[in-house]
Amino acid sequence: MEQYLIYNTLSYPILSVVLGIPLVGALIAIFLKGDGLLKSWGLLVTLVTAVVSLPLYIRFDPSTAKYQFAEVYRWFPALHLNFSVGVDGISVLLVLLTTFVMPLCILCSWNYIKDRFKEFIFVVLVMEAAMLGVFICLNTFLFYIFWEAMLIPMYLLIAVWGGQRKDYASIKFFIYTLTGSVFLLVAIIALFIKTGTFFIPELMAHHYSYQYQMWIFLACALAFAIKIPMFPLHTWLPAAHVEAPTAGSVILASILLKMGGYGFLRFCLPMAPAAALTCMPYLLALSIMSIIFGGYLALGQSDIKKLIAYSSVGHMGFVTLGIFLLNVQGIKGAMLQMINHGITTGALFICIGIIYERTHSREIKDNSALGMMMPIYITFLGIFTLSSFAFPGTNSFVGELLVLIGAFSKYKLVGALAIPGAILAAAYMLRLFQKMAWADSDGHAHHHDDGDHHALKDLNGREIVTLLFLTVFVFWIGLHPAPLLKVMDASVTHLVDQVNSGMQHLPPMEHHEHHAWLLQVGSLLKKLVVF
Amino acid sequence: MHLSLFLPELVLILMVVVLFFASLGNIKAGSLQGITLVLAALATLAAVATFKQQGLMFYEAYRVDVYSQIFKIIITGSLFLVVFLGPGLSGVERQVKPEYYLFLTISSMGLVFLSSAVELLTILLSLEISSYALYVIIPLRRQDGFRIQMEAGIKYVLFGAFSTGITLFGISYIFGLTHSTYLTDLTKVIPGLLTSQPLAIIGMVMMLCGFFYKLAMFPMHFWTPDIYQGAANETTTFIATVPKVGAVALLIRLVFLVGVDVSQFTWVLAAFAVLSMTIGNLSALVQNDLKRLLAYSSIAHAGYVMVGILSVGELGTSSAIYYILGYVIMNLACFYAIYNLAPEGGNVTFADLKGLHRRSPLLAFTLGAGAFGMAGIPPTVGFTGKFVVFTAAIQKGFYALVILGVINAAISAFYYLKMVRAAYSQDDEQQQDKVSLGISAQLLGIALILAIVLIGIFPQSFIELAKQAVAVL
Repeated sequence: MEQYLIYNTLSYPILSVVLGIPLVGALIAIFLKGDGLLKSWGLLVTLVTAVVSLPLYIRFDPSTAKYQFAEVYRWFPALHLNFSVGVDGISVLLVLLTTFVMPLCILCSWNYIKDRFKEFIFVVLVMEAAMLGVFICLNTFLFYIFWEAMLIPMYLLIAVWGGQRKDYASIKFFIYTLTGSVFLLVAIIALFIKTGTFFIPELMAHHYSYQYQMWIFLACALAFAIKIPMFPLHTWLPAAHVEAPTAGSVILASILLKMGGYGFLRFCLPMAPAAALTCMPYLLALSIMSIIFGGYLALGQSDIKKLIAYSSVGHMGFVTLGIFLLNVQGIKGAMLQMINHGITTGALFICIGIIYERTHSREIKDNSALGMMMPIYITFLGIFTLSSFAFPGTNSFVGELLVLIGAFSKYKLVGALAIPGAILAAAYMLRLFQKMAWADSDGHAHHHDDGDHHALKDLNGREIVTLLFLTVFVFWIGLHPAPLLKVMDASVTHLVDQVNSGMQHLPPMEHHEHHAWLLQVGSLLKKLVVF
Repeated sequence: MHLSLFLPELVLILMVVVLFFASLGNIKAGSLQGITLVLAALATLAAVATFKQQGLMFYEAYRVDVYSQIFKIIITGSLFLVVFLGPGLSGVERQVKPEYYLFLTISSMGLVFLSSAVELLTILLSLEISSYALYVIIPLRRQDGFRIQMEAGIKYVLFGAFSTGITLFGISYIFGLTHSTYLTDLTKVIPGLLTSQPLAIIGMVMMLCGFFYKLAMFPMHFWTPDIYQGAANETTTFIATVPKVGAVALLIRLVFLVGVDVSQFTWVLAAFAVLSMTIGNLSALVQNDLKRLLAYSSIAHAGYVMVGILSVGELGTSSAIYYILGYVIMNLACFYAIYNLAPEGGNVTFADLKGLHRRSPLLAFTLGAGAFGMAGIPPTVGFTGKFVVFTAAIQKGFYALVILGVINAAISAFYYLKMVRAAYSQDDEQQQDKVSLGISAQLLGIALILAIVLIGIFPQSFIELAKQAVAVL
């Protein structure tokens, strides 16, 4: 076990503490009374978690692919089960994303949530603990526990504080995700029986036969493809996003969707590399479909939240595209794209929540021409709009660029097919922004307008702080992505090595066959274009 | 023969005698429950005290060992909880309350006998003692102008008699083939017979039917929904928990007879398990009465337990024991909510659950813990139970069985979630009256929640115990 881990050298067990603070905070919240106190408590707990998690970045050693800050405790010896946690270059950024987004979730719910504050704070804090657990655990059993434990608070967030069709959306979310993850459970048990361990690094080091890899890959990929979500398994996402309260949407978009990508990187690629290579063309095709369909569907939405939800499908298509290019640029781009999507789309959902609190409508036509009344709001919305369609200088540009570089360096056709997705993103985001900022500039578009154009208050201090915080990251990553790329460098390179070592296990015929398959599609498309 | 071996049974017999005399007099319901609780606690303590005892009694027909004692602890403990859960017996006719406790105890006593019985006729007698007591208490529901409990009682008797007949028929085959009714003798010859004599497989399967009936497993599951619905809430709570433990105890013993590798026999059981899960889960999807829903859910859970039982071996069998323990706790949590929601003893539907989180947060949370547990969502005992059961099954190579099992788990999540949804997200303007819980009921609710979560997170000591028990088989 030692060769995979670097034990924690800080004076305190940082990962356990980061995991424990929200959990203890949630338990204490049960005994608190008063909405104001509960809100402040929630904010305090999430902020403390964020601050405590900072050393993970500062003291992180980017030169190694080993799991750092590791802790191992005995837990369930009958099944050789340890409580083992640690982070590498892939998970550390997602841990930080989680700890930093959660305070914003509390902030953006300050006035949005009207009742049952105690339960809300409890659920959000439990959710944070479960999500952190998924990213830091090094044990498949623990991973599954956290993975599933996340469902309950998320379900409650939608079902209790959701919109009108919350029953439908919450059940759909639950059943979809659960169906996927029960197959993950079978894969986890099968791996355990085969190798006698739940420890992820050992499972990665083990070599499995090609057929066995295929089964493991398919079982895991189904679970992660639903979570991320990939076309055609994405239909739960718009429903869940639209009905969830703002905090729920932000958690869903910023963190939950990332678990699918993280799962691909942690399970599918290193444990079943040969299967990943075989399935690559199909998954690339599905990714491109996600990009195009997500963008195309977003173009037709009249509900702002639905529009952003479909745009998430497209963005996550870029993530899976990057992952299954199976080269360093692609995976780095995908990782960066996950972080970016967490920042930008999270911010957009906060923006929608802000406007919904004021106009009580999510329709574009009810929220048009805000430029005159809410200049600060529109400024922020503009920044995040630009970021969302990957305008140069913003964070998403770097991520998308890396993915596209990876794509063109591997298969030019794949790169070319992904480009229309990027154009679509500009189209639907600019259309949204244009209508919200300028359309009907006579200023009479609002039901709640009292006639002198001042019914809508611009952002208050709390909202400005929330959005400003995310804006900083939009430009920081956009202009200076090097530190983040450096953190993930060693781990991603190691991962790509692992995948390439799987090449030997691949039946040689297969590899050529799917090459041919791609070329065939290419020539078919060429004919179509010429025709 | 050492009398201390028989201590838990003696306490239960004492309890029966005391309750019999109580039924002759006129005792207040409160003190009656007190007496029953104290005696049930004593029986549990006796079972715990004799945990490490070993020995054979009654011409070697009755065996006391770690395995039997662990089941006795679960059975007497569940009896205690069932009595504790229903203070006042609001669903039972007033004048028969002492008799109600009396027959409840007799039924548990039969099951305690069952967990130690190692001879076929003793097994049958124990099974019948437990069943006859139940035949009596099902119609004891308070009559409010409807006679649904009579229908339930008749059905239970008829199905019970039918299944006992089949079991006896099976035993006659086995006896005819082996010339013995002692399990120790059967162990030596049955595995050989199963491969050479098709009759032995038929005999074994027919013999198991009586226990399938108690466990509410396919193909003897038909009685479940009607009896659950028709019996008083207290009675259903009992039927849904305690007899199942006894049935599992015996099923494990009988399946162990066969040994590990008899494929035809395993396939029959596997088919029953899959059908049980599928029928139970699909039928539960459309139920409106919570007790009917839990009836179908119990059919489904019988299937999961069977997966553990037929993965014969250290892990498989101990996983079945762990699973049934968890199932009892989760079921108690759900029935705890039902019982407290219907102080008049009526049946509870989804409409009654609406807005429960406002009317009683604790009740809603207990129901939620039970429902999420039964759906197999971590970190609950239901998840850990499913996990060890499926691990044991994959170890045996039953991949298809496990995949069908997990698909079923996903289906079942829908109706468990429907319960949580009704309790948490649907508000009803008319249903605003608070549900008041006594201090003891509150403590029980908290204890059930803690048990569901803690046994799920720290399964180690329970699995160890179960493994010790399996080792003596």
